[in-house]
Amino acid sequence: MAVNTDKNSYTIIFAVAMVLVVGSLLAFTASSLRPNIDENKRMEKQQNILYAMGVNGNEGVGDITFVGTDIVADEFSKYIKKQLVIENGVAKEDDKAYLIDIKKEQAKAKNGGTRRLPLFVGEKDGETFYIAPIRGKGLWDAIWGYVALDKDMVVKGTFFDHAGETPGLGANIKQRYFMDDFYGERILTEAGVFKGITVAKGNADPKNEVKDDHEVDALAGATITGDGVSAMIKKDLKLYLPYFKTLK
Amino acid sequence: MGLLSKKDVKLITDPLADNNPITIQVLGICSALAITAELKASLVMGIAVLFVLGIGNVVISLMRNIIPSKIRIIVQLIVVAALVIIVDQVLKAFAYELSKTLSVFVGLIITNCIIMGRFEAFALGNGPWKSFLDGIGNAAGYAVILLIVGFFRELLGSGTLFGIPVLGDPIEKTGVYSIGYENNGFMLMPPMALIVVGLIIWVQRSRNKALIED
Repeated sequence: MAVNTDKNSYTIIFAVAMVLVVGSLLAFTASSLRPNIDENKRMEKQQNILYAMGVNGNEGVGDITFVGTDIVADEFSKYIKKQLVIENGVAKEDDKAYLIDIKKEQAKAKNGGTRRLPLFVGEKDGETFYIAPIRGKGLWDAIWGYVALDKDMVVKGTFFDHAGETPGLGANIKQRYFMDDFYGERILTEAGVFKGITVAKGNADPKNEVKDDHEVDALAGATITGDGVSAMIKKDLKLYLPYFKTLK
Repeated sequence: MGLLSKKDVKLITDPLADNNPITIQVLGICSALAITAELKASLVMGIAVLFVLGIGNVVISLMRNIIPSKIRIIVQLIVVAALVIIVDQVLKAFAYELSKTLSVFVGLIITNCIIMGRFEAFALGNGPWKSFLDGIGNAAGYAVILLIVGFFRELLGSGTLFGIPVLGDPIEKTGVYSIGYENNGFMLMPPMALIVVGLIIWVQRSRNKALIED
């Protein structure tokens, strides 16, 4: 070879050139694809919110089908009647509420700021749903979800998702059999005290027929992810309690 | 002469059995343990590695004469990382659903020792076409083992294949569950993947004595 690839000067020049080429390539890719990615994320949020309130294309056992990306914007404005932002106990309408980043709001609350709480009021077949976003920690990374409640805080539907839980174990929180178990579970006790829902091992109710035990059956091999789901339900939904009290 | 010479064909078929990256070279074990609890994840991971290793081997092979040997490992790492990130970004923009399925694998691909292993052992010393075939062959060999392990773990651990129940319903007690069969939750744990890989190695070496080392 003509070039001596062992020379220090060559090594340094090669390293610098490589970093420049790869760096600009990645920066170029990221910034040119940014609008598409943002649009996909926005549609995903709308799909998830609609899914939680039962607006989806589910067919048969275990199927999870969202409303198509071509119609999701129309369906969203059709079914979601009001988007609220609750700040310091005051609920205000805001049709950009679904774009609020829960992660940033949680960080704000941690640093002593006030957290804005988005809540979506949906209507389907004469029933009213209050859909609240929640977010927490799984085993490896973030987990989040949307919980659709009626005015007495009884669960009418859920959607969970995760950033990087183990496939086949913790990742199963986004399976139908796990999400559907929450249907009909109560967040409040008979006396109206906030109790939440615990993802419990050995609750002796695998078919989940008992709906007032505040428990759903856990997933095998996914203890920490399950605990994370229980925790985010308890922590984040509790913040909405004052608002639900005003509905009575 | 055809597109593939005899030697070329060997590059692809060897890693499938007698020079398998997992069972013979013992590379890529970590990801084989992590994601084989279900068959679908095994398949997705297999395809993702096939893609990255095929292209990565070609890129490294094309650069092989200009890479300074002192920093070659870092250069290899950058090539894999850049490749994986670009693929991830493109999928996020144009195939969002698929990118969600792949999310957890992206990190696992970068750290997969098979990829670095093939760059180092093959692509640095061979031309692009041969390197491409070697990459495809090794990734396929990896995928085969993943699928075998995933098949047994999902079948015995969850009673399903590709998420479809094949043994009946464990809660309603239909199918084999009606005669007292239970899913083995232990199959879902990573240690069982190691044991299944061990069994495959055992079967393979008892069929081909030439593979046994002293």
